[in-house]
Amino acid sequence: MSNKYFKADVTDNISLNKRFKLLSLSPLSTVKIPEPGQFYMLQAGDTYDPLLKRPFSIFGYEDNTLRFLYRIRGKGTSCLSNLKGGDVINVIGPLGNSYPEPHGDFIAVAGGIGIASLLHLLEKFKSKAYLFYGARNKQELVMLNEAKTFSKELFIATDDGSEGKKGLITDSLSDFLNPSRITHYALPIYACGPTPMLKELSKVVADKDIKCYVSLEEHMACGVGACLGCVVKTVSSEQEAGSSNKNESQLLTAHHSLFTYKRVCKEGPVFDIEDIVWSDGVLE
Amino acid sequence: MDLSKEKKINLEIDIAGLRLKNPVMTASGTFGYGEEYSEFLDLSRLGAIVVKGLSVAPRQGNPTPRVIETPAGMLNAIGLQNIGVKAFVEEKLPFLKKFKTPVIANFFGDSIDEYVQAAEELSSAEGVHALEMNISCPNKQAGWIVFGTDPKIMEQAVTAVRKAIKLPLIVKLSPNVTNVGFMAKVAENSGADAVSLINTITGMVVDIKKRKPALANVTGGLSGPAIRPVAVRMVWEVYKAVKIPIIGMGGIMDANDALEFLIAGAKAVAVGTANFVNPTATIEIIEGLERFLKEEGLSDINEIIGSLKIGS
Repeated sequence: MSNKYFKADVTDNISLNKRFKLLSLSPLSTVKIPEPGQFYMLQAGDTYDPLLKRPFSIFGYEDNTLRFLYRIRGKGTSCLSNLKGGDVINVIGPLGNSYPEPHGDFIAVAGGIGIASLLHLLEKFKSKAYLFYGARNKQELVMLNEAKTFSKELFIATDDGSEGKKGLITDSLSDFLNPSRITHYALPIYACGPTPMLKELSKVVADKDIKCYVSLEEHMACGVGACLGCVVKTVSSEQEAGSSNKNESQLLTAHHSLFTYKRVCKEGPVFDIEDIVWSDGVLE
Repeated sequence: MDLSKEKKINLEIDIAGLRLKNPVMTASGTFGYGEEYSEFLDLSRLGAIVVKGLSVAPRQGNPTPRVIETPAGMLNAIGLQNIGVKAFVEEKLPFLKKFKTPVIANFFGDSIDEYVQAAEELSSAEGVHALEMNISCPNKQAGWIVFGTDPKIMEQAVTAVRKAIKLPLIVKLSPNVTNVGFMAKVAENSGADAVSLINTITGMVVDIKKRKPALANVTGGLSGPAIRPVAVRMVWEVYKAVKIPIIGMGGIMDANDALEFLIAGAKAVAVGTANFVNPTATIEIIEGLERFLKEEGLSDINEIIGSLKIGS
């Protein structure tokens, strides 16, 4: 049997500020080494409420220690924030696919807690990324030292201008991709953040020949592809293959099936931005 | 202790002629097509594998959000997303045949004809050992009334499927009825070889800030430990009403929970939501049942089934 379901010791659970914490887990058995972009299902409490495990991207791995950066938001993360050194929790993972390996320089776009999965990628490929990091305000920006150290160049934007440029991080990216700096066009983009940000990003890259990978989030129950709870609408491959020789009426008849649901936990969480159906608000 | 003197524990049970090496199976919809959990446990150890519900044509399912956690439970409205009978038989069944565990195919339809067609196609596939009929879906030919909540419609549907197949037929009862014992009786009289219960209980969660339902489908099916007492009560009511075997389920998390169902009259149990929380829950429950029998000085699980004592 695989070693993907295991018990782990909480080694520490440090507060970075009021809302952000860093959890370190030491598995009690030999486990698989995670790739950047993969995630784990973590037991949040020790009762039936909360019942389900919670998905978290891997933030770091070294010396048999798994590290998770998280933001306290709801019941699950509140319970998680109460874990103390010496506690033992059940863990499932690593799960899902990972970011495709960048060959050379790349662009990373992080929104809020989305920085967690991207910093692991940047740590692995040091000084290769132009990192665009956006958040609501200064307090919501964490791990800035790491962001600076691991990136080639760091661009910051906040909604209120309390740090970096005032505005959307996708606007900063848009400026960076200005046609006069044509070399940046060749760089692949890796992004993780709230859905509105990813949606904006899909517009920024829409008419450009840029490879763009996004890590998605959805409500999840099992994390292993069984419950079909965390699906996302993707462009149907049949449509891609056959659209050119279909007439309009055939397209209309087939309209209800112009998308395919894919599981964020299994086929994702990393998808090609072009494969996601962003238009009809399903992700909102 | 001399191990050779230890009593041999029997966990084997019989459901409508189907012999299971233990009474623990997976609940449909919580175990995918088996593959998803095969890296976490040896599927050969399970009593039976009940796969995700199948229809003749593939289904996309509902928009998201499809799941929301509730106190000690979860609400889901997946919308019966599935790859269809044909793809299941061609792509998923060959994998399941590798294990020494009977496969029970759960199926459903929008009409009696669709039920019959799905049942026929599944029963002719080598490697399917029994069928579980999900009657908790609406009938498009009768004003979208849920099959399993109307005794007449249910009788017609079960009778039609019964005529069409030879394999053991398990009817999965809906808890969203006034008298589940009566509905079980209708299933029995219509030719069901066994009944399984409970399916999820219809529920709803409201997002108070957005003034919207938490699920895109508005309502969903409640599962998990929160519903267990309801499920145990219904198994007991059905046990009193019918002679055919009962497969009990609803919020089973560990062996003690499973035992409640067995004592109340279930011959086998199915583990559902617990798989999400603990991928090896089924195995732990099988081991726990064996331990319990030893502790109680019993040697056969059949001694436990229906052993509920009422009164002093």
